[in-house]
Amino acid sequence: MSRLGTITRRSFLVVSAAVAGGVAFGYYKYQQDPANPLTAAAGETVFNPWVIVRADGVTVITPRAEMGQGIHTTLAALVAEEMDLNWDQVRAEHGPASSAYANLAVAGAGLPFADYRDSRMKTLAHEAMDVMGKFIGAEATGGSTSTVDAFTRMRKAGAAARAVLVQAAAARLKTDASKLHTEGGAVIAPEGTRIPYADLATDAAKLTPPADPVLKDPKAWKLLGTSLPRLDMVAKVTGTAGFGIDTRLPGMLFASVRATPRLGGTMQSFDATEAKAMPGVKAVVDLGDAVAVAATNTWIAFKALETLKITWGPAPYPETTDAIFAEIAKAFDGAPNSTLRDDGDVYKAVAATKPIRAEYRVPYLAHATMEPMNATALFADGTLTIWAPNQAPTVVRDKCAEAVGIAADKVTVHTTFLGGGFGRRAEFDYAVQAAKLAKALPGTPVLLTWTREEDMRHDFYRPGAIARMEGAADASGPTAFKAAIAVPSVYANQAKRILGMAPPGPDKIAVEGAFDQPYAIPNYRVSGHISPVAVPVGSWRSVGNSHNAFFHECFLDELAHAAGLDPVQMRLKLMATESPVSAKVVAAVAEMSGWGSPLPAGHARGLAFTYSFGTPTAEVIEISQSAAGIKLEKMWIAQDMGQALDPRNIEAQMISGAIYGLSAAMMGEITFSKGEVEQANFNDYDALRMQQMPVFETRILQNGAHLSGVGEPATPPAAPALANAIFALTGKRLRELPLNNAVTFA
Amino acid sequence: MRITVNGTPREVSARPDTPLLWVLRDELGMTGTKFGCGAGLCGACTVQVNGVAQRSCQMALGDVGSAQITTIEGIGTPEKLSVLQTVWVEHQVAQCGYCQSGQIMQAAALLATTPRPTDTEIDDAMSGNLCRCGTYPRIRAAIHDAAQRLQKV
Repeated sequence: MSRLGTITRRSFLVVSAAVAGGVAFGYYKYQQDPANPLTAAAGETVFNPWVIVRADGVTVITPRAEMGQGIHTTLAALVAEEMDLNWDQVRAEHGPASSAYANLAVAGAGLPFADYRDSRMKTLAHEAMDVMGKFIGAEATGGSTSTVDAFTRMRKAGAAARAVLVQAAAARLKTDASKLHTEGGAVIAPEGTRIPYADLATDAAKLTPPADPVLKDPKAWKLLGTSLPRLDMVAKVTGTAGFGIDTRLPGMLFASVRATPRLGGTMQSFDATEAKAMPGVKAVVDLGDAVAVAATNTWIAFKALETLKITWGPAPYPETTDAIFAEIAKAFDGAPNSTLRDDGDVYKAVAATKPIRAEYRVPYLAHATMEPMNATALFADGTLTIWAPNQAPTVVRDKCAEAVGIAADKVTVHTTFLGGGFGRRAEFDYAVQAAKLAKALPGTPVLLTWTREEDMRHDFYRPGAIARMEGAADASGPTAFKAAIAVPSVYANQAKRILGMAPPGPDKIAVEGAFDQPYAIPNYRVSGHISPVAVPVGSWRSVGNSHNAFFHECFLDELAHAAGLDPVQMRLKLMATESPVSAKVVAAVAEMSGWGSPLPAGHARGLAFTYSFGTPTAEVIEISQSAAGIKLEKMWIAQDMGQALDPRNIEAQMISGAIYGLSAAMMGEITFSKGEVEQANFNDYDALRMQQMPVFETRILQNGAHLSGVGEPATPPAAPALANAIFALTGKRLRELPLNNAVTFA
Repeated sequence: MRITVNGTPREVSARPDTPLLWVLRDELGMTGTKFGCGAGLCGACTVQVNGVAQRSCQMALGDVGSAQITTIEGIGTPEKLSVLQTVWVEHQVAQCGYCQSGQIMQAAALLATTPRPTDTEIDDAMSGNLCRCGTYPRIRAAIHDAAQRLQKV
């Protein structure tokens, strides 16, 4: 059992204590802050794990994966705001892997509560999970939690640094700190004397910072709430941003790897005679479950891998897509893993009427990040250094240490920019491969790059899922809504990989997006059936919401049409008391899209709504029938994240999330034959291209009580909005994704 | 073998059948040009060959000959952005940023031959450049903006 596993078992006691009515156990340890992992270089002053003052400005450690969502910019702004810095004085660095940067909010995302409902039980459990996060100490990016997690902590880090800088200035000027103010990275005295932070830093760092500094009134914010130029933008338009794949070290080799196409199966033998004879090939290394070739350039490594004769063992799951789905369907035969919503008596309500019954299905999906999986490693003198585009640096550190048999404190992880993450890089497989390869080549740095084909065929996929729906509606609205969802567990898969065990209990992720929606349906039941099918699955942008929103929102549309109700009006009524914030989001998207107004012939609209990651999001898409097929005309998105820290960046995430969801809905599908994934590259696993783009219009609302995430919530409603629009256009109710199996898109 | 990259002659020792992409990235250390698919399907490796946008993963070193190769590093630097890069910054186009070198090289080639492209012309030129973050709406707006600005120059 790993160290992580031991701590986690203890932390479950914390949860039990919390749910019983108070966070007591382990409080002392919780209060202790982990050591500051930063050490000051010449000319630098380190204030806390987040703030380094340098002569030319302030470097903010922004310890979350920058995978496109603009998180480095927003996190840096939290500190910069409290320190009264000018934006051009601010730099961001990811920083080292450390429990000082543990994501305390991410664990709470797995709690079996509906986010839109605030209850004492939920609050206590969330507090307990914050404690658990601190015990586990996992630095991770996911669950749209980065700003939620950092919002208070990083502002306090900035405010604490500012406080000691002011105090140092007061001592130097022999005046009272209350007479001084700060502006543009300097302390300013009433008569105008201006002392830059850099001049005060050495003195200030000797002072004890306040434990609970006062934060600015948001009304006084100058940076937060505005659209800031992203700190990574210039690097990303000049080819100078350092992605993992761009790591270059003196004397390095370039490598690639071939692992079993029967995922989780064994490697029985391989013959590398031909590869070893190829000019430029430096080493062929047996990684146990894969073979790596290191060469003088990546292309030689690719070509050498093609010559290997490898015998793979069988797949630990059924060999074909049909057989896999038949296996998933068997989960319906057993008792549910969870029934996290069970309002009224859905069985009685269904029996009393003529119910609508429907079965929905979604496929496995790949993440297909633009930057293929890769990592660079150097093993020398009993230490390991890893450069990896990853979403979980402390996990990468611990797993690589384990793989090469050294202590975790002998491993240094450099987190580079990520050429896309979407949850794929929350895994650590690619880094462990690089670590093992480096151990076989001591003293030589090696960059391991997967081919696109290896990437497509060795993912931790969004699981396939089946939903059996039953319901009824009359003129008053839905009277019964019953969903049973069968799906392999992402949660159990990840827990087994990271912790070595899958904790028992209800799997919230399997049913999120279905059980936790803000609709006051009198008889309303959602249950989850977990399938043990062994295809590796993982977090895919919005995770369970990505399939459950499709099931839930399409079936709600079915009920609306069956009862002759308007989908917008029906939802507004169901949400009115359950979640007024959600109702405003639906009303906004209806108003933006001119919902209900006449459309040209051959045009139709579809609506969907999902409350995910604390953020209600409504989307309407207008489509048309053209000679070339169904065309996406326009999409409207309304979203309420409580507090908009950077509107232009949020807008980018809203559109990005929707496009990611549309791509999957229209054409995304991973299938299996002979136990192997059939897709290999962007010809058979494509995504939307520029010419298929609808025109987007977005609206940010800020009625929510709390700040919430924006990286994922726009993904779930995209598929059901489109499927509902296709029903409106063609009368065809499509209950399986991808939609291009049933209709043609322009 | 000698090739000319961004106006500078470079001596390279890779085999003639090595794709230009890997010569640039691994032999010359010019990492601005990205590997995405290795099959000419995504456009991340787009460079210009005598001003024409080409997928560098599909061009063998031995076929480069005396052609002028231009990469993202050749059209501007952080200190001195090209017009296209300036517009890209103003529109805050990039998200993960991995495909953007290819997008910019493709857009630059488009504007060189079509100074005022329509939406359809932009779509036609850019349809081979995949972006998984979905930055397309801002790319299209940035190209229109760049076209206007370049005409004024």
